[in-house]
Formats: sequence, structure tokens, C-alpha cells
Amino acid sequence: MKQYLLSVHFVEGAPAPSDEEMQTMFRETDRINDELQAAGAWVFAGGLTAPDSATVVRIENGTTTLSDGPFAETKEHIAGFWVIKCADLDQALAWAEKCAAACGPVEVRPFDELSQA
Amino acid sequence: MDLASIYRAEYGRCVATLARFLGDINLAEEAVQDAFTTALQKWQTPPPNPGAWIVTTARNRAVDRLRRESTREARHAQALLLHQQDEPQEVGPVKDDQLRLIFTCCHPALAPDARTALTLRLLGGLEVPEIARAYLVQEATVAQRIVRAKKKIRDAGIPYRVPAEHELPDRLPPVLTVLYLMFNEGYTSTAGPLIRTDLCTEAIRLARELAALMPDEPEVLGLLALLLLTEARRPARLDPAGQLVLLADQDRSLWNRTLIAEGHDLVRRCLRRNRPGPYQIQAAISAVHTDGAASDWAQVLALYDQLLALAPTPIVALNRAVAVAEVHGPAAALAALADVDLPGYHRLPATRAELLARLGRHAAARAAYDQAVALATNETERAFLQTRRAELTGTTGA
Repeated sequence: MKQYLLSVHFVEGAPAPSDEEMQTMFRETDRINDELQAAGAWVFAGGLTAPDSATVVRIENGTTTLSDGPFAETKEHIAGFWVIKCADLDQALAWAEKCAAACGPVEVRPFDELSQA
Repeated sequence: MDLASIYRAEYGRCVATLARFLGDINLAEEAVQDAFTTALQKWQTPPPNPGAWIVTTARNRAVDRLRRESTREARHAQALLLHQQDEPQEVGPVKDDQLRLIFTCCHPALAPDARTALTLRLLGGLEVPEIARAYLVQEATVAQRIVRAKKKIRDAGIPYRVPAEHELPDRLPPVLTVLYLMFNEGYTSTAGPLIRTDLCTEAIRLARELAALMPDEPEVLGLLALLLLTEARRPARLDPAGQLVLLADQDRSLWNRTLIAEGHDLVRRCLRRNRPGPYQIQAAISAVHTDGAASDWAQVLALYDQLLALAPTPIVALNRAVAVAEVHGPAAALAALADVDLPGYHRLPATRAELLARLGRHAAARAAYDQAVALATNETERAFLQTRRAELTGTTGA
């Protein structure tokens, strides 16, 4: 079995979904989570708060500094993710297709070999 | 048979088989290359089944190598290799392995450029410099594409398998596209000599393999038929001076009758299936062109109408306009081209130029030829367009 990160992105400035659309999204996500658990592919999943609630911790010249905001200055930020386990990329892509239907584009990225043990 | 042609014919099959044993493309390639090096030293004359010899030798080499290495992965792979008791000792390449590898190389999760490069390398046995020359890119770029693609196959877990029946509609088209692109680059090279026979031959060989492996997929048969019928006309495509000859002016006695017969037979098999797709229709168009003494343009146009409905691309619209000109005249064809947009593609202004010339609008035709000449990248095609333009000079009309 391999593990994959399925991440959903939020784009700053993109039109916000309506309440009704949000409700559908949550409902669909719950349904996918149930399906993943039933199939034994579920590892972990969660949604994240907005990137402005992020803090970056750095150590420079032995001094720890904190900075407000996300690490990368981009318009796209991770909004939530699934960690799933399955036999190969095709299975991961099939799950990603369901997730993308519920939440928009999904990036599929395998964990490295050390994490697969 | 010499070692070079055995290498070309067997490399892809052997790598495919070893990739299944080893679960690792790089290891498979190294083992097969080692085995060919051994063959070079040992063979006085090739054994009766060179592919089986290479596979067995490569497999033994891989086992030796894995024994010397002590990583967990190596031990795992070694265990897999040693526990295939039901396999006979002298194993020949298995065709299904090749099919699995074609689908792996053409997986939609890989970049289109990487798919072609990887297919040519792993299944066609072409070397990196050859692939670079075919696609006019730096060797380093090709090498990097191949390395990245192989790494992604391993890291992302792209499976070695033939997709299930219900997945084929999504997964087969990239495979067909790769073979089609490979052939086209050989048939009308972007630069250098107009025709690169080796690429045409390789694409046809792989299409034949695919058709043998999937005889029930009409689009696979359609693609093979299309390639065969196009290849059949190759001997008449250039005159003795190396100038391009248009289809209508080609000496049909030079066409390859054997390939035409095989292509026609495949088109008939497709027709019986009655599940038309873009490759089958293009093959049917080629079949009409190669049937009898002259092309039946009304039939060609009817097929292009069908193709345009199925695949409404600007290229199809452009090719259809040529048929419109033959059936309804150049003015109707020009009108059909009015909305066609193909930025940077020389054949659009070239076709416009031909139509304008036929209408006697020589000034406009000259301007269109100039555009086409500026866009054409192949010297033979450019020379052809310049000749056509020159034939207009001295005639009048606006």
C-alpha cells in the first residue's frame, strides 16, 4: 500500500461559494469520508482555517523568530486535505476524482518511501 | 539477422518482461543492456530465440546483482525473482508485458512530451540522441524527461497494468496519440530530411503489436490501417529530385500494394464493428484515396463531414476544406476556411494560397504563399511552396 496526500486549494480573490454551495460541499465531503473508511483507504483528513491564521517559525543565527502569515507568498493556499492509502496511483486518482467533484481541483502527491513503511 | 536489428526488435519486449519480474523500470533496463553486452561477446550466430535468451540472461544478471546488494528492497525483489517456480527456465518475452508497459508509459499522469519520449525509449529501444533528433530538442532535455517520468512512475505508484475495460475509453487515446505522433514526425519531419523512415517503421511496428494485443478495439485497428495506408504512399511522395509531389500528382504505380491491401482489409474489419472513431474515419479516407485510379472526392467529403462532427478540430476543418474544393470548387472551400484558426501552422496559408491561385486571385495567393513559407520549418516543404509561388509570377490578376 502507498500513502497519498490529496490536497484542496483555496485561491485568494476567487468568488466565495454561497452558503448553500458550502453545505453541499460539506455533505459531499462527509459522504466521501464514510466511503474512504468503508473501503479501508482512510488515514486522516481535515480542513484548515484561513492562511492569515498561520504563523511561521524560523531559527536564524540561533534566534527564533515568528512571523505572521503563511510560508509562501502566493494567492493559492491549502484549504484542506486527505491522507489516504491505496495500492497504486490509479486508485488514488479515482478517489481524487470524487474529492474534486466535491471540493474543486485536487492535487495528488505520494508520500516518500520512508513514510510508506 | 544482425545484433543491431535484434536489439531494435527485442529491446522493448525484454524490458517489458523484466519490468514485470523486477517491478522497477531502471533495473529492467540495466539488466537488458547487460544481457545485450554479453550477447555481443558470446554470440557467434544468434540463438533460435534471441528474445528468450536475452530475458533469461538479463534475469540471471538481475538476481546476481540483487544478491550483491543488501538493501531491503533488493532482498524483496530477489525473493520475488526466486519464487516463480511455475515459470519455465527459458522464458520468452510475454506480449502482455509490453502492453502493460505501453499503458504505463502513456499514463495520463505523465506529461505528453514525456509519454512519447518514454515510449520510444522503453518500447522502441531508441537511444536518447535519436529521440532528441526526432523531436528537435536538446539531448539533455530528453534525458531529463525520461528520468523524471521513470521517477514519477516509481514514486507515485503508476501501476504496470492494462486498464480494465471500463477505463479504456480514457486510457487508450493517449496510447494511440503517442503512436500517431511518432509516425507523423517520421512522415513529415519538423526539420531535416522530410521523411524519417525509422520513426515511421517503429510507429507501425508498435501499432501492429498493439493491434495484435487488442484485436477487438476498432480504434486500434483504425490507427494501424491509417498508418499502413499513409506509409503505402510514401515511395511516391518525393520526385527523383527530392521535390514534394501532391497526392493528385503522385505516380500510383509506386504505391505499396501489399500495405494498401492490408490497410483496406483492416478498414473493412472496422466497418463491420460499426463503432466509428476518429482514427477509423481517417483510415477510411485514406482507403478511398488508395482505391482505384483516382480519389472519389464526394466520398472523401462525406467522411470528413463525419469526422468533423466527431472531432471538431481546426486541423480536421482544414483537411475537409481540401475535399470541399474538389467537390464544390475553391470559392466554397475558401468560405469553409474563413473561421479556421491555426496560429503558426503553415498548411493553413498554404491551402488558402492554392485556393486563391485556382480562383485566379494571384496577388492574394502570393501573399498567402509568403505567409506559408515564413511558417514552414521543413526545407523540402518550404522549397515546394516557393516553387508554387514562383509558378504564379508572370501571370496577371489580383
